[in-house]
Amino acid sequence: MKRALQLLLALVALGVVLTGLTWWLNVRDEPDTSRTSASGTPITPQLIVRGAYLARAGNCAACHTARGGTPYAGGPGIPTPFGTVYGSNLTPDPQHGIGAWTSTEFWRALHNGRSRDGRLLYPAFPYTSFTQVSREDSDALFAYLKSLPPAAEPSRPHELRWPYGLQASLAVWRALYFRPGTFEAEPQQAAEWNRGAYLVRGLGHCSACHTARNPLGASDASVDLAGGLIPMQNWYAPSLASPAEAGVADWPHADVVALLKSGVSSRGTVTGPMAEVVARSTQHMSQEDLGAIATYLQSLPQAKPEPRAVERPLPTVAARGAKIYEQQCAQCHGDKGEGASGAYPPLAGNRAVTMASTANLIQIVLNGGFAPATPGNPRPYSMPPFVLTLNDNDIAAVLTHLRSSWGNQAAPVTELEVNRLRATTQR
Amino acid sequence: MAQRTLACTACHGKEGRATSDGYYPRIAGKPAGYLYHQLLNFRDGRRHYGLMTQMVDLLSDDYLREIAEHYASIELPYPPPQPAAAPPAVLQRGQQLVQQGDTQRQLPACVQCHGGAMTGVAPNVPGLLGLPRDYLIAQLGAWKNGLRRAHAPDCMAQIANRMRDEDVVAVAGWLAAQAPPVPAKPAAAMPTLTGDAKAISCGSAPETGAAR
Repeated sequence: MKRALQLLLALVALGVVLTGLTWWLNVRDEPDTSRTSASGTPITPQLIVRGAYLARAGNCAACHTARGGTPYAGGPGIPTPFGTVYGSNLTPDPQHGIGAWTSTEFWRALHNGRSRDGRLLYPAFPYTSFTQVSREDSDALFAYLKSLPPAAEPSRPHELRWPYGLQASLAVWRALYFRPGTFEAEPQQAAEWNRGAYLVRGLGHCSACHTARNPLGASDASVDLAGGLIPMQNWYAPSLASPAEAGVADWPHADVVALLKSGVSSRGTVTGPMAEVVARSTQHMSQEDLGAIATYLQSLPQAKPEPRAVERPLPTVAARGAKIYEQQCAQCHGDKGEGASGAYPPLAGNRAVTMASTANLIQIVLNGGFAPATPGNPRPYSMPPFVLTLNDNDIAAVLTHLRSSWGNQAAPVTELEVNRLRATTQR
Repeated sequence: MAQRTLACTACHGKEGRATSDGYYPRIAGKPAGYLYHQLLNFRDGRRHYGLMTQMVDLLSDDYLREIAEHYASIELPYPPPQPAAAPPAVLQRGQQLVQQGDTQRQLPACVQCHGGAMTGVAPNVPGLLGLPRDYLIAQLGAWKNGLRRAHAPDCMAQIANRMRDEDVVAVAGWLAAQAPPVPAKPAAAMPTLTGDAKAISCGSAPETGAAR
């Protein structure tokens, strides 16, 4: 009896300590929001212009503006493995938006992931990256948002499954995976490199897609930008640290800038979610900032490609794939997968064709699409969708053909892989 | 442009000539303003079809207008229509609604705005012939339940909401069975509106009705 009581007391004590620790881990490094005085930057027209630029650099509208809706008055549902989250109303409406917020409260949301009313924010809002954004930039964003016309549109409540919707669960998640940070410039690196690192790690939140997440949705910082499947969307954000995927270490600097500015470069074309990033965000960034991002990305340590034995396709599959290629693809991509300069990407030697993940290849064949229209590529060419005309078997065969022809050496694509993505495609 | 917009042909057929035996509408030869507005509607969430929205999502207004003008400029003969499947009484009711409307329920005749030959009116009012019956039913249904919208005032939403389900079936059944005239070009100017059509005003086609 006495032992049981001791054990119980010990458990209670442990619970108190863990709760206290979780609480402390959640509030550490928080600014004092009770001081309403002039801790922020004075609002000037220049600050608002700067904020507008930063809002695009951070692509805030992607989650906070609905299709055809009032800018920043709340976004579309963002599906996650834990339920659907909705970007909130960021206009200065006093009731539904951030009209009553102070710049310090806004900074706390960005830097610490806590809302004005004290609620912890879900990390679908990428404060795990935004925590590196400077107070000055936070104030500029705030000034810009406060300058927008207020929209009295209520933010939609998140629809998260138990237990993910509980603040206590979120507190534990944050205790495990979130630490408020400050961007520290590396003195041995040039100012341009540091600017690029600041943008990529902070406002650009590149790791939200390009770093894999664990089953609880947290990113492992030790595999920075090493590629990850974007949950629910089922597009693979390729590794920026691998020459076999989307590493740009050996690209001409100008090509990296061109890809981010116009969506096309002599080395590749953006598709899928990255096309959206170029259209809504990076095409609007200055040449200097894109140059800085390119410099930083080119400096990422590149993984050594591992030589791997590649399974050869069955002769029947190869023949079938070659036939479909000739009928459906060769007209644009060429008999030898050479592509057509300025219009259609080559398939021979194309990393998007040969990388291990086949998700993007399948998505492109199923859904087709246009490259984004940008000033550098105002009239983009398009790829037809094949979702209605080719079955899973056909698509697997033709992709297997691409991956094993013209010097390409990558594993076959299975019908099951195609079927999985077809089933998740929304129409 | 044909080469740049090959993606469109996957559903809308070679040169946009999709025939009335499938689901997807023909776009070749439709008025340019109408096509342009539909591209904007898909991009900006007033019409809903995942593949279409995804296609036009990242394209500029200028480019969408150019795409619309390209398909509008294609003149191709129409194949014969699908044989009518509905009973004669239904077809008769359809023809009556299309050509005379129904004053009791304030339904203007389709021909009032879509042209006497039902080939549309340039630049913004679409023709009604050469389309699959299922597509026509789906569009009127989508207007009734608010899934398809146009710029306000949304005249077609008002009209569709005055139609009963059996009216929709009758109109679609009769329209889908009519052979388009030769040539089937959209009319150059709106006919003089009479009766219930006079009160109609369309945000996507300012040359119609009360907005004139």
